[in-house]
Amino acid sequence: MAMQILFDGVTADYQLGPIRSPRVLKSINLEVKPGSFTAIIGHTGSGKSSLLKAMNGLLIPSEGYVEVGNTIIKSSNNKRALKTVRKQVGMVFQFPESQLFGETVEQDICFGPLNFGVPLSQAKEIAKEVVQQVGLDPTILSKSPFSLSGGQKRRVAIAGILAMNPKVLVLDEPGAGLDPVGKKEILNLISSWHHERGLTTLLVTHDMDDVATYAENVIVMENGRIVMHDDKRSVFSNEQQLINWHVDVPDARRFQLKIEQEMGIKFGQVCLTTEELTEALIEVGLV
Amino acid sequence: MGKPILEVEELTFKYDKRLEEETLSAVSFTVNKGEWLAIIGDNGSGKSTLAKLLVGLLEPQKGRICIAGTELTDDSKWEVRRHIGLVFQNPDNQFIGTTVQDDVAFGLENVNMSYEEMVPRVNEALRMVEMSAFCEHDPSRLSGGQKQRVAIAGILALKPSIIVLDESLVMLDPKSRRELLSTLNQLKHKESLTIISITHDMNEAAVSDRIMMMKSGRVLKSGPPAQIFIEEQQLEPPFVERLKRELENKGKEVPKAYTTEEEMVKWLCKSCLMV
Ligand SMILES: Nc1ncnc2c1ncn2[C@@H]1O[C@H](COP(=O)(O)OP(=O)(O)OP(=O)(O)O)[C@@H](O)[C@H]1O
Ligand SMILES: Nc1ncnc2c1ncn2[C@@H]1O[C@H](COP(=O)(O)OP(=O)(O)OP(=O)(O)O)[C@@H](O)[C@H]1O
Ligand SMILES: [Mg+2]
Ligand SMILES: [Mg+2]
Repeated sequence: MAMQILFDGVTADYQLGPIRSPRVLKSINLEVKPGSFTAIIGHTGSGKSSLLKAMNGLLIPSEGYVEVGNTIIKSSNNKRALKTVRKQVGMVFQFPESQLFGETVEQDICFGPLNFGVPLSQAKEIAKEVVQQVGLDPTILSKSPFSLSGGQKRRVAIAGILAMNPKVLVLDEPGAGLDPVGKKEILNLISSWHHERGLTTLLVTHDMDDVATYAENVIVMENGRIVMHDDKRSVFSNEQQLINWHVDVPDARRFQLKIEQEMGIKFGQVCLTTEELTEALIEVGLV
Repeated sequence: MGKPILEVEELTFKYDKRLEEETLSAVSFTVNKGEWLAIIGDNGSGKSTLAKLLVGLLEPQKGRICIAGTELTDDSKWEVRRHIGLVFQNPDNQFIGTTVQDDVAFGLENVNMSYEEMVPRVNEALRMVEMSAFCEHDPSRLSGGQKQRVAIAGILALKPSIIVLDESLVMLDPKSRRELLSTLNQLKHKESLTIISITHDMNEAAVSDRIMMMKSGRVLKSGPPAQIFIEEQQLEPPFVERLKRELENKGKEVPKAYTTEEEMVKWLCKSCLMV
């Protein structure tokens, strides 16, 4: 069963010893439908990573609560709820280094499955399978994760999360640092896991073409708040609003707007991909 | 653009000397003063390794590196580093200070700059990356994009002749990325800053003067973006070239030469007006 995620009046900040940071999430109400694929966009520091961290208990609400499936995360929480949530929610961090710790890549990837009671021999099998799925050679299993290139580390971090077989995937800029071919392969891999396994997936990205290609819905964040949450075509049809939130539109949409302005016409639909734009250009007779 | 400020000759390197396989094999290239070189290549092809060699953090087994006429050696390392600054792929590896401003000032203290000279430099660098408001913050407790900006400021403050950016803009939002690219471009034109940007972002590569492609520790080829994107069909080209390919697939005529976005808009609108 795919999982739903709910935020009810969630306010949160980072604790700095005795001092608290300014609020980074401000009265957030959110309903993420089970089995949906949502992109989270917004400019630097708007709270995207913090929103993801609140979904797996790395950032605990000071007010309100987060509900993942049947588990509730709130300030007066017990450890068991957090443990349940972390088992169900696989999070790929913005910087892969922050989630690599094993002496070898194999240890690193096996950690999740072992922790959830999978026998060692089976965990090793899983590790071998997932490293190959993220485009790495199995010989990498015996290497230290710290002797890898940036993109290789990213792949190992993603492999480690896939090995957990989570119900919810929260991915913080998973494509950053991947070469273009690798990025496409890995996002396709994530997309097929999402559909085949009925996952609920949230993806933070600055690449609006990824949003156009993979997501159904979009959340726009601005200064610790969700300022928009809608299906992607509605979000990207609203270019005036998006400018205020320092958010771009996909290349195809941007190009469409230029042509529309230059010609003083309007296309029948909002184009989000090169394919859609090509169709539209042919339809209005520009080529 | 003038004479070479960076000369790399037959650079060979491996992390583990016991192993056969070389991480870099006979890498040679030069970069002119005021030039912008983009380095692209698959994950693990040796780009970051090359960057670390350029600033003397790693030592080559063979070959040599000359920066502003001086050969990089153990003895000249400290002097040469005044000319070249590297922004790391992961900014956390670069932070030393406990506040953003201390962190940016750290490199300047290292070159014994006076306090009076230092303050405006730090402020200027933080302004360029739009992080002035965060000067009292702890750099390890910032968002990803904020960290990357601070890391860039730390190097800009040093005013090096050559700045090496190892995927340093990936976590910036698109608007900030464009703004920072344009700031760098200004520095290139006004102060002849030489820029080496390692990137997987083809839009970033497209604004460079020259692209160098690496594969398995070797330089595959280098040339202006227009040439590389036309010759290397397997590369994901900038948007307009992708659009042209898609139109061609549908049997439509498109301009043969490399086309910028403005040119393509004009071309489409004009071809319509003629009918
Ligand atoms: N560990 C931390 N301690 C204190 N403040 C933090 C911490 N991490 C982030 N912040 C602050 O919280 C705010 C939101 O940060 P967050 O990381 O959620 O932003 P983001 O939208 O992910 O940005 P980016 O696109 O740059 O990654 C920022 O102003 C940031 O400075
Ligand atoms: N500290 C290290 N010790 C041993 N091997 C290393 C080390 N750092 C990198 N390598 C290996 O050297 C090769 C080149 O790595 P490098 O980091 O230079 O690649 P890159 O081109 O920067 O890749 P990416 O695009 O993923 O950042 C890779 O195969 C990597 O696994
Ligand atoms: Mg973030
Ligand atoms: Mg690298």
